[in-house]
Order: sequence, then structure tokens, then C-alpha cells
Amino acid sequence: MQSLHTPPNLSLYGLMAEFATPDALLEATRCARRAGYRNVEAYTPFPVEGLAEALDFHRTSLPLVVLLGGAIGGLGAYFFQYWLNVMHYPLNVGGRPLHSWPAFIPVTFEMTILIASLAAVLGMLALNGLPMPYHPLFNVPRFALATRDRFFLCIEARDPQFDRTETRRFLESVAAYEVFEVEP
Amino acid sequence: MPEDTGRPHVQSEPPSPIRGTGHTYASVTDKISAITLSRRTPRGWLLGFGVAFLVVMVLLFAITYLLAVGVGIWGINMPVAWGFAIVNFVWWIGIGHAGTLISAILLLMRQQWRTSINRFAEAMTLFAVACAGLFPVLHLGRPWFFYWLIPYPNTMDIWPQFRSPLVWDFFAVSTYGTVSLLFWYIGLIPDFATLRDRSQSSIGRIIYGMLAMGWRGAARHWHRYEIAYLLLAGLATPLVVSVHSIVSFDFAVALLPGWHSTIFPPYFVAGAIFSGFAMVLTIAIPVRAVYHLEEFITMQHLRNMALIILTTGLIVGYGYLMEAFTALYSGNDYEIFTLYNRMFGPYALLYWLMLGCNVLAPQVLWFRQVRGSVPLLFVIALIVNVGMWLERFTIVVTSLHRDFLPSSWGMYYPTIWDWATFVGTIGLFVALLFLFLRFLPMISIFEMRELVAETTSSDAT
Repeated sequence: MQSLHTPPNLSLYGLMAEFATPDALLEATRCARRAGYRNVEAYTPFPVEGLAEALDFHRTSLPLVVLLGGAIGGLGAYFFQYWLNVMHYPLNVGGRPLHSWPAFIPVTFEMTILIASLAAVLGMLALNGLPMPYHPLFNVPRFALATRDRFFLCIEARDPQFDRTETRRFLESVAAYEVFEVEP
Repeated sequence: MPEDTGRPHVQSEPPSPIRGTGHTYASVTDKISAITLSRRTPRGWLLGFGVAFLVVMVLLFAITYLLAVGVGIWGINMPVAWGFAIVNFVWWIGIGHAGTLISAILLLMRQQWRTSINRFAEAMTLFAVACAGLFPVLHLGRPWFFYWLIPYPNTMDIWPQFRSPLVWDFFAVSTYGTVSLLFWYIGLIPDFATLRDRSQSSIGRIIYGMLAMGWRGAARHWHRYEIAYLLLAGLATPLVVSVHSIVSFDFAVALLPGWHSTIFPPYFVAGAIFSGFAMVLTIAIPVRAVYHLEEFITMQHLRNMALIILTTGLIVGYGYLMEAFTALYSGNDYEIFTLYNRMFGPYALLYWLMLGCNVLAPQVLWFRQVRGSVPLLFVIALIVNVGMWLERFTIVVTSLHRDFLPSSWGMYYPTIWDWATFVGTIGLFVALLFLFLRFLPMISIFEMRELVAETTSSDAT
């Protein structure tokens, strides 16, 4: 009944429910989506299959970022070598062709891999918004178990359908272990 | 699983290190993180690290003397200008290859058993590459100008020679080191988060917290994370093949008899995997005994690695055979002489020792009893490590020391500084490994939890 005394949504990041198994979390996530919640996120100690799909998260631009990285690395390295050996500093070694492309392949290949790998790691971090020094979820002490053996579902207060009492009731109805209020 | 085909009772049950041990998400997390988070440093660790640290000091001493005096302190001279530096470089970089193979190629092949060994195999790769990278730089003569290998606009208006295998090598090794570090780090992020949340000390929370970068295991994050990890594995797989191929170009592109051979790239890659797995076994066997990790690094792991050693050992043996055949069949006097000189010349003992270590010794792995015996596997792994070092020595030195004209023949004898640098890098490798075992989770914790989830759900169905 304490929810009657506090102003709605203002002093809250969201409500977070704890689950003991990945299956329970998966089921609850699907229920939350069906109930119309949109700003929902699930937290797990390891990747759980089907969870991203349950959150309607299918497409990420990461593969495109990696492809672009590889293309930039490969083309950049090749044309740099071309520019250097043919245009900038042509060196005649026994009349051999200046554009000796087979000799340019090893560096081209390595640079393709290097830039694509950097794009994969930095792109993943950037798209995930990491590094992030502060996050409201860590205000809940139990959340430390999200990296051990507990599974959490958070419905954020900015969800249009969010209501402190109603959402808490909903989370309790999907058989959550316990429901926490997350301070911002 | 090459061993399991034809044995139905094993085939029905995919190998998984924690099936049937009753482990839960919490117990695997606690057991692995406790090794890192325990406040008490084991006395054996202090002793081991102390010894390794002393050897690192020998390395620093040798390097300092080298910087002060020059490469003349080594045994190199004309005609053998590539001595221990290149031997050790190729040896170390080959050892690194098993880490990438385990983490990338076995991931793409969905070999679940890799999970409990990939983390420290990747660490081994990094440390081996660090040791390898020292040698060519020290061998430069003026190591402080090593950055001239990097193409950058400079006032001298000179550029690296991009048609030279030595420049390819620089790009290959630095890319390999960087990608190995990225792969290792990205795998560690969720485990850093676990350590951050489980650490009892505020220093631990701050350091692991910074390294975890605020990881909180959101489902959307995991989704991108898994894609990034898979893409990195896909990128690292061709990379690992390319690196030792390019290292072999250092030799194969030269016109020297005994080096100028098209078999070098595949033969070097097989040799790299061969020596790398031997080094993984050399490390894994004592580590699992000391830290009581037999449940995670099981006999199945050791047996699988023994089979990979046997297989790649056969490929290496084929390489030796083809090298000899090509030389004899070529009809080229110099090629034939190089082969003859390897077999019966002044370094013949090393050649036959190499054959014994790399071709004969691994043949005992055909026997199941040998594959099941931990001490024997350890001994064979050590023999292979020595054998592969001898192979590098044979390739580098015997091809060089008999030049085309007998008037420019010579011998190569390593000096005390050669040995100090070589032994010093072994100390560096071991010291880094000790630090890794103490401060980072040596087994991927989140992947073990994933394995628990998979085995418990498949047991239920």
C-alpha cells in the first residue's frame, strides 16, 4: 500500500522481478510483451536462446559494421600500397612491374582482418552503450546475482503502460520470485 | 569427435565436461571465481612466480646488454645471420596458434568441450605472441627504430618495402597479437562482471568493475555480444592460418636451398598447431592437478588434445618426407646437398633428434592406454615442445651455414646471451601465466553456466 503515498513513476527507474530459471524468465518476458509493455529488458548470467526474440529484438546492424570495417581495411590497405608503389615513390627494381599485386595481398588480407575485428569489438560495445559507469539497476543489491545464477526482468518506468501498482501486480502474477523497485 | 565415431555409447552423449557432476550455475561460478577472489595467495604460487620472475630478470639483463653492445653478443655472423632470434620467434609464434584454434575453430565447429580450456589457451596465445614479438625486434640491430616498419609519413620520406616478407610478417604478427587480445578481452567481459559482483574487496570491485565496463547481461547486449563473438571467431580462423603461412614466407620467398619450397606454408601451419597443442597440454596437466579442476578439464579434453597432436604430428611427418622427396626429385645439386647436410652434416644429431621427437614419439598416442595416462601425455607434450624447437633450429641454421661457395661456409654456436634471452622468454611466459592464473578467471565462467543450462535442459527432455 505504500505506492499510494509516493508520486507515480517520478522517483523510479522501473520495477524488476527476479526469477530462478531461464525458462521462467522467458515465459514472463513473453507475458509482458503480450500485456503490452514495450520498455522491457531481461538480464541473464549467460545468453539465453530466444530471449532477444521474445523482446522483439531481431536485427542488429553489427554485421554491417563489421563488413564495412573489413572493406575499409582491405581496400584501404591495397590502395595505399598501390599509391605508394605506383604513384608516390615508384622504384624500378630490375624492370619488374610497379603494380605487383600478388605481393600486396598479405598486407591487404591482414588489414582486412584487423579492421573488421576492431569494428566487431568496438561496434558491439558502442551499440550496447558500453562502457557505462553508472546504471540504476545496480542500486538493487540482489542484482549482483544477475552475473551468477538469477534472472531478472525489468519493466521501465518510461513505458507508457507503466503503473507502479498495476505493473507490480502483473510481475507478481507471472510467478516472479520477488519484485524490486529500481531507483534512478 | 574423431575418437568417438564407432563407439555408440559415447556417441549418444555429446562430450560435456560437467554432465553428471551435479554442478549448478551458482556452483560453477563460485568454484572458478573463488580461485581468483581468494584473499590468500597459495605458497606454491608465490614460489613459482618468484622463480619465473627471477628468470624474467635474466631476460631484462640480456636485453639491456644487447641494447648497450649490439647483436654481436649473440652467436650470429655470416653466413648464419639468423640464429636463436628467428628460431625462437618461429617456435613461440607457433605455440600461440593452438589458443586461437581452440577458441575460434572449435567454436565454429560447435565442439562444446573447448569451453573449459579456451580461456587459458587464449592467454597462452597472447603470452606466446608477446615472447615471439620480442625476438625480431631485438634482432633488428637498432631495435629502437622498430617503428620504421610502420608506414607513416616521415621527414626522411622513406616507406617500408611492401614486397618484402619481413614487412608482411610485421603486419601479420601485430594483427595476430591485436586480434588475440580482442578475442580474449571480449570473452572476459561477462566474467569481469561476475568478479565485480562477487568481489569482497573494494579494490577488486573497482578494478574488475572498470574492466567489465558496466556489463549487466541485458538480453539485447547478449544478442550483439554473441554475434560479435561469432564474427571474431570467423575472422580469427583465416587469420591463424595466414599468420604462420606468412612466417613461412620469410623462408620460402628466399632463394636458399632448404627454404625455397612451396610446402612451407601448410607444413608450418600444421607444425604450429602441433606444438601449440603440446604446450596447452604442458600447461593444462599441472594446472588441473594443482587447482583441482579435474571436473572441468576432464580426461576427455586430454584425450582429444592427444588425438590432435597425433594427427598434426602425422602431417608434420608428411612435411618432412615431402621436403626430402622434393629435394631428391628436383635434381638440383644444392637442394640435394642441403638434405644430405641436414641428415649427415655437423648438425645431423639435431635432425635425427627432431625426427624422433616429432614423428616417432607421438606414435605411442595410437594406444588408448597412453592417451588415458596423464603422466605419459605430459612427457610426450614436453618431447614435442623440444622437437618443434629443434625443427625450427634445423630449418634456420642448416640451410644457412653451408652457403653456395665452400669458402663462405661457417658454423653457428649459440652464446650464453642467446641462451639467456631464450630461457628469459620462457620465464616471461611462465610469469605472465602465473599472474593470469591468480588474477583472471582461467575458465570461462559464463560459458560454463551456459553449459550447465544446456546439459540440465537436455537431461530433462
